[in-house]
Amino acid sequence: MSTSSIARRKAPVAAPPRQNGGSKRENPMSRGAAMLIMGVFTLYFLTPIWWLFVSSTKDVGEFTTTAPLGFTADAIPNFFGNIGRLFAYNDGIFLKWIGNSVLYAGVGALLGTLFAAMCGYALAKYNFRGREAVFNVVLSGVLVPATALALPLFLIFSQIELTNTYWAVFLPSIVSPFGVYLARIYGSSSVPDELLEAARLDGSGEIRTFFTIAARLMSPALVTIFLFQFVTIWNNFFLPLIMLRDQSLFPVTLGLYAWNSAIGQNPELRSFVIIGAFVSILPLIIAFLSLQRFWSGGLAAGSVK
Amino acid sequence: MTTTSTATSPPTESPGPAKIKRKGLSQRRAILTFVGPFVVLFALFYIVPIAYAIYQSFLTVERDGTFGPATQVFGGFTQYVAVFQNDEFWASVVRVLLFGIVQVPIMLGLALLFALLLDSPLLKGKKFFRLAFFAPYAVPGVIAAIMWGFLYSPTLSPFAPVTQNVSFLSADLILWSIANIVTWVYVGYNMLIIYSALLAIPTEIYEAAKLDGANNWQVAWKIKIPLVTPAIILTAVFSIIGTLQLLAEPQTLRSFSTAINSTFTPNLAVYTTASVPNYSLAAAMSVVLALATFALSFAFLKATQKKAFA
Repeated sequence: MSTSSIARRKAPVAAPPRQNGGSKRENPMSRGAAMLIMGVFTLYFLTPIWWLFVSSTKDVGEFTTTAPLGFTADAIPNFFGNIGRLFAYNDGIFLKWIGNSVLYAGVGALLGTLFAAMCGYALAKYNFRGREAVFNVVLSGVLVPATALALPLFLIFSQIELTNTYWAVFLPSIVSPFGVYLARIYGSSSVPDELLEAARLDGSGEIRTFFTIAARLMSPALVTIFLFQFVTIWNNFFLPLIMLRDQSLFPVTLGLYAWNSAIGQNPELRSFVIIGAFVSILPLIIAFLSLQRFWSGGLAAGSVK
Repeated sequence: MTTTSTATSPPTESPGPAKIKRKGLSQRRAILTFVGPFVVLFALFYIVPIAYAIYQSFLTVERDGTFGPATQVFGGFTQYVAVFQNDEFWASVVRVLLFGIVQVPIMLGLALLFALLLDSPLLKGKKFFRLAFFAPYAVPGVIAAIMWGFLYSPTLSPFAPVTQNVSFLSADLILWSIANIVTWVYVGYNMLIIYSALLAIPTEIYEAAKLDGANNWQVAWKIKIPLVTPAIILTAVFSIIGTLQLLAEPQTLRSFSTAINSTFTPNLAVYTTASVPNYSLAAAMSVVLALATFALSFAFLKATQKKAFA
């Protein structure tokens, strides 16, 4: 499949001899091949989610007897019935799990972003002794597997009797070395020194300058750090798995994992696992969709230069 | 201690020594306010645990007779010797290395292909593809494993004709079934990082290449890919770390498949050992694993840097 006649963006250049057609015209073969590849992979990426959605609109009997990828006649009432039963099951434990996840990930990511942004900004904009040492140590923190930290954290927390508490999952989650890295890279390129100097001359304190000027200029990176951290905490499995025993403290991933592991003894749970899985991925998809115009700008910050 | 900002202050402003000192002081306080919280948290939740894991890994349990009270004593490298003699642990390491050697290049190759296609003028509906491919990243590993567990199962799967003939949950295929789940979740994320790097390439470079008569293959191979190499390296390092950390997917799939034992991946082995409980051996395993992750990431960085700047 040749992609030879692609005119790159608005480059108004004479076509080299071997290119067929004008610089604006695309080879229909190449175009077709590209669309075919993307179409096939769209099916690959979306079919499982579609199946999950369709499955959550079926009642227990229909699940194995109807077409797996198509809706049934009473999909809408079934869907709401399923959701109602899911939320009612076991005194509404599922809603509690969703709330826990939102709390762990939301508050954790918010604080994590704030601390990472302040640290990264200081590393980008101030010269101080030990600056590079701090940065290098933090950067090597990016390479430490989170699971290698979880076990010693469990041992430490069990000595101060903090395991099986909200704090055991929340506190370790608010540290984001990758966030510091992103904030430093982005801060040094997007916050001009002259602007900070002007703010100083106007009598603005360093901390006020950060919150009123620098944070605003760094906002694409901040949204990226927030989302990255939110997803990391939301998806975290090992830390809550070893820290928490009390079901009412579980994040939704651990709760669904526990249900899924218990299907053998309690087959009723299967439909709750499927509906719960579908409901639990909605918040992240909504977060991504609503914030995408902010984060897509910040993603490149970590990878360029 | 002078700071960059005082050095770059405009020449018209000539602050007296007292003012500089006051400014230096307030800046030092600001630096402390900015850096302090993160550094304290980093020390508490990164450095202390690592130090504690290393300390724990040098302990060993001693008993007075079979039923005597257990006491922890310094055991030197006892636990490390035990790790190196633990065949199940090494089998799990070899398993994830095999996994990584196959899965990471496929995933990043696809991510690069999709990013290049998104960046080419060949596609219509780029925004749709971008979101569709990225959507699986919103699915946590546990949920993805549960979902694919159903999709793989011979009876419940919507693709029953396929899954009744190919046993994705069997010992032969389970590793690659997990590889598929990991690929499904992370391709779009890696694609977006590479795509963002492609967008950051200035268009003048392409104009110059066109003037020199380069076709689009040449532009992709000689300009785009070399310029996004840092992004690819970043995604590769994260993928290597992720591979060695594999836990949620195999642990979840255990309820669908008997082919996954309690030491299937190194992290599962650590978890199983810790729940025995043998914390010292588990700590030694974690330390070995963390060092291996470091070594692999650094080796990869070094190898690619040489290539990229040769």
